Amino acid sequence: MKPITSIKSKTVSLQTADIDTDQIIPARFLTTTSREGLGDKLFHDWRYNENGEENPNFLLNNKENKQCEILLAGDNFGCGSSREHAPWALIDYGFKAVISSKIADIFKSNALKNGLLPIVVNKLILEELMNKSGETLLIDIEMSKIITPSNIEIKYEIDEFSKYCIIEGINQLGYIQRHNKVIEKFEEKRIWTP
Amino acid sequence: MLSENDNTLFENVWLEHEVRPESKTNPAIIYIDLHLIHEVTTPQAFSLLRENNLSVRKPNLTIGTMDHSTPTLPINSFKDIEIAGKDAANQVRTMMQNCHDFGIELFDFDSKNRGIVHVIGPELGLTQPGKTIVCGDSHTSTHGAFGALAFGIGTTEVGHVLATQCLLQRKPKTLLIEVNGKLQKGVTAKDLILAIIGKIGVAGGTGYVLEYTGEAIRAMDMEARMTICNMSIEAGAKSGMIAPDDITYDYLYDCPRSPKGKDWETALMRWKSLPSSSNASYDKKISIDANKLTPMITFGTNPGMVVGVNDPIPENSSDSSFNKAIKYMQVSPGKPLNEDPVDVVFIGSCTNSRLNDLKAAALILKDKKIANDVTMLIVPGSQKIKYEAEALGLHEIFLAAGAEWRESGCSMCLGMNGDTVESGKLSISTSNRNFEGRQGKGARTILASPLTAAASAIEGKIADPRKYIE
Repeated sequence: MKPITSIKSKTVSLQTADIDTDQIIPARFLTTTSREGLGDKLFHDWRYNENGEENPNFLLNNKENKQCEILLAGDNFGCGSSREHAPWALIDYGFKAVISSKIADIFKSNALKNGLLPIVVNKLILEELMNKSGETLLIDIEMSKIITPSNIEIKYEIDEFSKYCIIEGINQLGYIQRHNKVIEKFEEKRIWTP
Repeated sequence: MLSENDNTLFENVWLEHEVRPESKTNPAIIYIDLHLIHEVTTPQAFSLLRENNLSVRKPNLTIGTMDHSTPTLPINSFKDIEIAGKDAANQVRTMMQNCHDFGIELFDFDSKNRGIVHVIGPELGLTQPGKTIVCGDSHTSTHGAFGALAFGIGTTEVGHVLATQCLLQRKPKTLLIEVNGKLQKGVTAKDLILAIIGKIGVAGGTGYVLEYTGEAIRAMDMEARMTICNMSIEAGAKSGMIAPDDITYDYLYDCPRSPKGKDWETALMRWKSLPSSSNASYDKKISIDANKLTPMITFGTNPGMVVGVNDPIPENSSDSSFNKAIKYMQVSPGKPLNEDPVDVVFIGSCTNSRLNDLKAAALILKDKKIANDVTMLIVPGSQKIKYEAEALGLHEIFLAAGAEWRESGCSMCLGMNGDTVESGKLSISTSNRNFEGRQGKGARTILASPLTAAASAIEGKIADPRKYIE
């Protein structure tokens, strides 16, 4: 994971609530054995018509939205399955952060492990940001704040450890492995049989 | 036996698995007792192991099956696996190779133990009270029915568990759901969990572990409890748990991989110390009256959009997400759904594919025919369930009624294996998700119990099963 300390980009919003991982990437695309190249399948059934052409009514297909790295999404984004293909597809497409009023637990955990920043703000703030969709936001990851073009600072909460891993580009597996002695000790007194 | 502390069931299991407790700056390191793996969410994790020259720390705590992208028609050669496409077949091959190379037991196509990952764990007795159980699949919450702490993880975390048998976790909050009273005839665990999700919403459990308790839960057999815990994730919850009791122990006693002899006695002692103390405190509590419940169905595009089977769809025109769902489903607010023609009926999935689910469907379908225009697929949760159902002659009832009887797998729950619902068709399904396109692009899904699904198959429209039950 590459270290990342700030994100500056225009926003695009999908206002629908409860966008589940089947919408982010439908199950029929999960037969891959790789984590690469899933961006084409992102929001597939919303993004493309039956004939495979782009649906002109879907916001991400607007030319001016194609370079956006910050997705504003309706409440409870990423609910449903545990497929990590969802953040992989968002990242491969080019997103670096998702801002919503609620983000589902497993999706959030998966996003953080891949350097996609999940930010939760309250509903009123989300609404404000969505009203100004297309503006350029600066996300200062170190200070846990979003800065709007009119210099309004929006503080958000994020788990300290996850933030640290994103800023330093730390692989969490390495962190667990460094505790090998403690794990071995735990295993010695572990009571469960296989 | 009363616990000697004031902990909840969840806390008892959590504390026993803390390799290192959490602090303000660091998450806890939690030890995992059982890691279930399947073909869809593991290939990238094994690639990570290979790239870093790592081995699987505890192959004997890891069990593999193949369920998601596998065909449900009989398999005579590898060609039959390609039915869902070359990619699906490649994924299956990769799974076989990975399990072989890393020394993991895999229930292959010729194994009588193969089946849906959340069906076989309990069936084999691998799922036990007090264990921590994970799988790269959100419905891992199913195993909480035994008093295990079980939850779905992503593929990166699958890699963490393979390599270290541990996960980094923040301690979730607890929500107690007390279900008082008794479920009436024709009203099942599926109806109850749909009602609960309808009440708390699809994000109502986010950040929480749910514990289900109360008279109606205690009266349930293990299969019904699994249906309840299975769908905890549909309320956004990390996990769902039910304290073990004599029903749990009776279920496990004869299972092939449950502890035997002296080990059984030791395990039983420990299991009995797990339930929440009567003084335990929860972050939140709610209660539900089971007496008043009717069969439930979903009408929208998430499992929280539920109504009684005869009730009108609510009106909520100011909500754009609600309107989007109504439009997709082609249903009318203010009207009940019971006149809508059904095209497809699916009985299966990790929610409702166990022997009692099949018995319930057979009870309704016996000596009846499904409606002319209905396609009905009945997919047992495991090969073991398939053999048991056939020994009881249930398959003959299904076939005589005009339904298809298949091999085990996830099948039409998520349509990864070629079993899909055509665009625009209305499907009544005993699975767990009615998301847009879940069963196939453009497919419209209504979630229901096996009883309601079977009754609807006969009538060719959504039907109240209670009139078929004496």
